[in-house]
Amino acid sequence: MKLIFEKSVLGRRGVQPTRSDVGTTINIKREFLRDRPAELAEFSELDVVRHFTQLSRCNFGVDTNFYPLGSCTMKYNPKVAERIASYPGFTHLHPLLPQLRGGGMLTQGALAVLYEMDLLLREITGMAGFTMQPMAGAHGELTGIMIMAAYHRDKGNKKTTVLIPDSAHGTNPASAAIAGYKVVSVPSTDKGVMDVSALKRVLNDEVAGLMLTCPNTLGLFDPHIKEICDLIHSVDGLAYYDGANLNAIVGKARPGDFGFDIVHINLHKTFATPHGGGGPGAGPVGVTKKLVDYLPVSIVVKRGDGTYALEYDRPKSIGYIAPFYGNFAVILRAYVYILMLGSQGLVRVAENSVLNANYIRVKLRDYFESAVDVICKHECVFSPSKKMLEAGIHAIDVAKALIDRGFHPPTVYFPGTVKEAMMIEPTETESKETLDAFIEAMKDIAALSEREPEKIKAAPVTTPVCRPDETAAAKNLDLAYL
Amino acid sequence: MPFIANTQEQQKQMLAEMGLTMEGLFSDIPKKLLCGKLNIGEGLPEQEVRGVLAELAGKNSIDLTLFLGGGFYDHFIPAAVYSIISRSEFYTAYTPYQPEVSQGTLQAIYEYQSMICRLTGMEVANASLYDGGTAMYEAMMMALRATGRNKVIIDDSVNPIYRVMIESYTKNLKIELVQTHCATGLVDREQILAKLDDGTAAVILQNPNFFGCVDDFSDIAQAAHNKGALLVVSCYPISLGILKTPGSMGADIVTGEGQSLGMPMSFGGPYLGFMATRMEYVRKMPGRIIGRTVDRQGRPCFVMTLQAREQHIRREKATSNICSNEALCALTALVYLSLLGKEGLKETAQLCADKASFAYSRLTAIPGVKPHFKAKWFFNEFVLDLPKEAADVIAKLIEKGFAAGFPLSRYYPDMKNCILVCVTEKRTKQQIGMFAEALESVL
Repeated sequence: MKLIFEKSVLGRRGVQPTRSDVGTTINIKREFLRDRPAELAEFSELDVVRHFTQLSRCNFGVDTNFYPLGSCTMKYNPKVAERIASYPGFTHLHPLLPQLRGGGMLTQGALAVLYEMDLLLREITGMAGFTMQPMAGAHGELTGIMIMAAYHRDKGNKKTTVLIPDSAHGTNPASAAIAGYKVVSVPSTDKGVMDVSALKRVLNDEVAGLMLTCPNTLGLFDPHIKEICDLIHSVDGLAYYDGANLNAIVGKARPGDFGFDIVHINLHKTFATPHGGGGPGAGPVGVTKKLVDYLPVSIVVKRGDGTYALEYDRPKSIGYIAPFYGNFAVILRAYVYILMLGSQGLVRVAENSVLNANYIRVKLRDYFESAVDVICKHECVFSPSKKMLEAGIHAIDVAKALIDRGFHPPTVYFPGTVKEAMMIEPTETESKETLDAFIEAMKDIAALSEREPEKIKAAPVTTPVCRPDETAAAKNLDLAYL
Repeated sequence: MPFIANTQEQQKQMLAEMGLTMEGLFSDIPKKLLCGKLNIGEGLPEQEVRGVLAELAGKNSIDLTLFLGGGFYDHFIPAAVYSIISRSEFYTAYTPYQPEVSQGTLQAIYEYQSMICRLTGMEVANASLYDGGTAMYEAMMMALRATGRNKVIIDDSVNPIYRVMIESYTKNLKIELVQTHCATGLVDREQILAKLDDGTAAVILQNPNFFGCVDDFSDIAQAAHNKGALLVVSCYPISLGILKTPGSMGADIVTGEGQSLGMPMSFGGPYLGFMATRMEYVRKMPGRIIGRTVDRQGRPCFVMTLQAREQHIRREKATSNICSNEALCALTALVYLSLLGKEGLKETAQLCADKASFAYSRLTAIPGVKPHFKAKWFFNEFVLDLPKEAADVIAKLIEKGFAAGFPLSRYYPDMKNCILVCVTEKRTKQQIGMFAEALESVL
């Protein structure tokens, strides 16, 4: 499809700015102005609408069909949350209003949402307090590690390393490194969970903490989770819970009860806010009582008279990690979702996400190679069978063949601990019929791989493009149309 | 149960087919780690939840006339923006890992990158960062990597919210942060030159600065480059409809808050951090980057590229930990700029500057109200000295229906009587007149 710049027509006008009622009184000296206007495209409004409508039709979303992208929790995003997030009472609220004297009273509704959400997340995770500021999961991780660093600095602890399992998301080691720590990787056992004896070997007084995703990226709940947290605490380290996979246990078990000290939650995963083609998300961070004082400035408090206020005077705080209160409109959507589900609904979320994942695991285990064939939580991981690999069919080929069958592919080649990994996370919002259709498509791909592998290799054939040349993209950089 | 498709009967059937029970599916969690029923109440149906949230929305005051800016602006948003970004093919998708089913997002982000380059006068932009503050922090980290140095000079005319964020982020790192003071409204060249040395990685400035003053940093770029340092400039994208670009001044990294490009204020987010640089630094840049390539049949198409810099490949050696960014906000900015077009953006910027200038004349005509700075060139914000404490005056004006501006003493203790006033194209001559009358009445 042509680029927007290639469709531009000199002199065509789109949306007309308002008429001036003050005359040209501009107060800027000539040398500070640009010589000629920025070369933006020139369009009618209809041109713009058509261009983007056409682009949208080249996209696949949760609303299109099944999107089992492992570890991303692509569940249905309720429309009611979109509607509520567009209420002018929320959209038209300037974030600096609470910094004006008496301004907090102008934003009581928004502050109530933040405060109530804090309480809900505390109850859901077993933590003592939350910050809503982190604007994505990785941002939450960085915030959490900064809290870890502040705690150790405050206690006079000399800590240099953060432990991270080899199956972790790449954001974990990157976040720890950016916060100034050395990263030490902890291997997994052949059962796919953390090797506790290996953990003991790398555990020493230098360890600031451990970052752990639980259930992990193989979809497994670590049975030694409590022992692992205790071990970390034995060297005055902190246990960090990466909440990327909270969906599997929400309402049933709480990271705070496992012994975790710091938790981040991806609201866009567990609490159903749209992924936006790669954001915006939200990654609130919760901590236990001993760490509450380190949470970022500001936090919302409820006063004796029932009104809400922002507390800025927090001497031990790590400071500001976002300009205001986080991605408010995302937090608002997640709040709506939790209100609608309630305690029982959340339990059903966990149960059905786990039921659906196990259903796929059991139904496909005779056709694909299971990474570990035991009860999983929200996702299961497969590789192509030996026969498929012998026929030259790899995970990427299965992914592309799924596209032709109307499904979004699973996450492929992750976790790195499994060769040719295909990580399938169905989520609870999908029905048995959808899962059955997906399972049939997978079986069909497995069968065709042995019979006519070239057909699988040729996929996808139903899309406007097929297997872009990524090597060429990185070699002959074309990153902007100028 | 809302949003869960399987019926009880289907659940039973699935469990039976697997020879498992629901309890069995959770048997891997030690019993003592299972929690009881959460104390969060029963679920609410849509009608009720909309009622609850409508009531909360009603507790926010949105009828104030806003002269409040400070880096976050009340601009007009054309209806078509919301209509386009509400297409669920865009908003219910995720990171375009599979290019064949993501060409919509990929092409849009490539166009967004191009638009940001054209706006800022730079060569390459990334797919977005969280907000203007984290973008500035990432630019600083990028400059440290690019130069292998550890000293950073930042002027106090840079948005104080961003400066406190940078302080937080660097607490556990070995970085020397040096602050210069802006006394006249324009960056003090002498101070910058005195602090610039062979150990300096970057000079971080903002245009228009937090006080609204407009500058040209070409001389500072030159001086920084002479010492092997980079110039980082944070800018207000609407102002680039008329202002000289950071690129033409010689800036090496340009960042900013993109909220003004079609995003509502929404009490602080989601917003859009943008970042652009020169091609020579592209491999040091954090965040996703979309590139154009060809497919198997030679058809032009788009993919995520230069991923070897990123956390999912490089892990602890990555240029940043960022994964999810603000893709939908980047799309919003692209749609907004496309709807306004070349002339529309210029006119919008011009309107802001004209109306601000009009308000400035009107307000400084009030007895006792004076411009604070010597520097007289501003875009759409300016600082006034009031005869009384600004925070008090602002509180009184709230009662009269105006968010009059930002009290600068919050971040600049010696500016007790100073107010930062902002005027966007949404303000009318009549509103400005009423505001002036209200201000005069409370002084």
